[in-house]
Amino acid sequence: MNISGKYPGSELSRLPFSLLLHAANSCYILNHMVQYTQARFDASFAALSDATRRGVLEQLGCADASITDLAEKFHMTLTGMKKHVGVLEQAGLVTTEKVGRVRTCRLGVRRLEEEAAWIEKYRQLWDARFNELDKVVETLVIEELKRKEKTDGRKRRMPP
Amino acid sequence: MNNQTTVEHRSEREAAVKRTFNGPAHLVYQAWTKPELLKQWWVPKSLGMELLSCEVDARVGGSYRFEFRHGEGTMAFFGKYLEVIPNARLVWTNEESADGPVTTVTFEEKGGKTLLVMSELYPSKEAFDAAMGGAAAAMPESFEQLEALLPSLGK
Repeated sequence: MNISGKYPGSELSRLPFSLLLHAANSCYILNHMVQYTQARFDASFAALSDATRRGVLEQLGCADASITDLAEKFHMTLTGMKKHVGVLEQAGLVTTEKVGRVRTCRLGVRRLEEEAAWIEKYRQLWDARFNELDKVVETLVIEELKRKEKTDGRKRRMPP
Repeated sequence: MNNQTTVEHRSEREAAVKRTFNGPAHLVYQAWTKPELLKQWWVPKSLGMELLSCEVDARVGGSYRFEFRHGEGTMAFFGKYLEVIPNARLVWTNEESADGPVTTVTFEEKGGKTLLVMSELYPSKEAFDAAMGGAAAAMPESFEQLEALLPSLGK
C-alpha cells in the first residue's frame, strides 16, 4: 500500500478505499467527538511531526527496543532519545517498562483498545449514514401514505 | 429518537452493522437501490465529501459507481451486484481495490419496521485490518495514514 505521498489534490483518487474510509472516519471524529479525542489526536499528530519519532515507531513496529538501543540506532544521546520517547508515550503511541536498569519501549496501543477504537469509528460512520437514511425512509413512508389516501379518496367519490 | 446502530465483529475478516428503520422493507430497499434516494443519505454532510454522481443498476451482474469530491480531488467506488432479491437481499463487490470486501445487505420486515443488516466480508484478515485501520501488526500503515491526514487537518 503506497500512501506515503501527499494527501490533497488529484492524489486522492489513487488512494485505496481503506484509507478513504479511515480518513473519512477520522475527519468525522475530529469534527464530532469530544475534546478528549481532539486532544489525543493533537498529541498524536504532534508526535508524528518529527522524522526521528516516526523512525522510532517504525523500529518498534519490528521489535521492542531499549532506549539505549534506540539512541544508538538514531545516533543520539540518551537524553535526546528519552525526550522523543516521552513525547510518543504522552501521545499514547508508545509504552515503556523498566526492568532492572533497562527501559524497554514498545508500540503503545493495546490490541483490545484498538479493536474498540475501530469498531466505534466504523459504527459512527454507519450511524451518521443511517441517521440520514432514517429521514429518507420517513419521507417515503409519508409519500406512500399520501398516495394511498388519494387513491382511497378517489374510490370513495366514485359512483356506485 | 433514532434507533441504535450496532456493530458486530463476526470473524477476523468480517464486520456487520445492524439498524432498525421505521418503515416497511420495500421502502428501505428503494432507498438502497434508487440513485436519487441513495444520494440523499450515502454521504453524510459531516464527512466533508460531496457526491458528484451515483449510478446504480441493481440487477444481478449490473454495476454501480459512486463518484465523490473531497477537497480538490475526486475518487470513485464501484463494483457489481452478485445477488439481488427485491426488498430482501443485496450482495455486491467493491472493486476499487483488490482487497475490497463483498458487501451483503439484508432487509427483514417486522410489524411495519425493517431490520437492516449490512456486512462486509474482506478477502483476508490483512485486508480487513488495513481497511479498519486495525490490528497491532498494521500499526506502521496506520501511522502513514495518520500522517497522510495531517495536511487536511488544519482546515
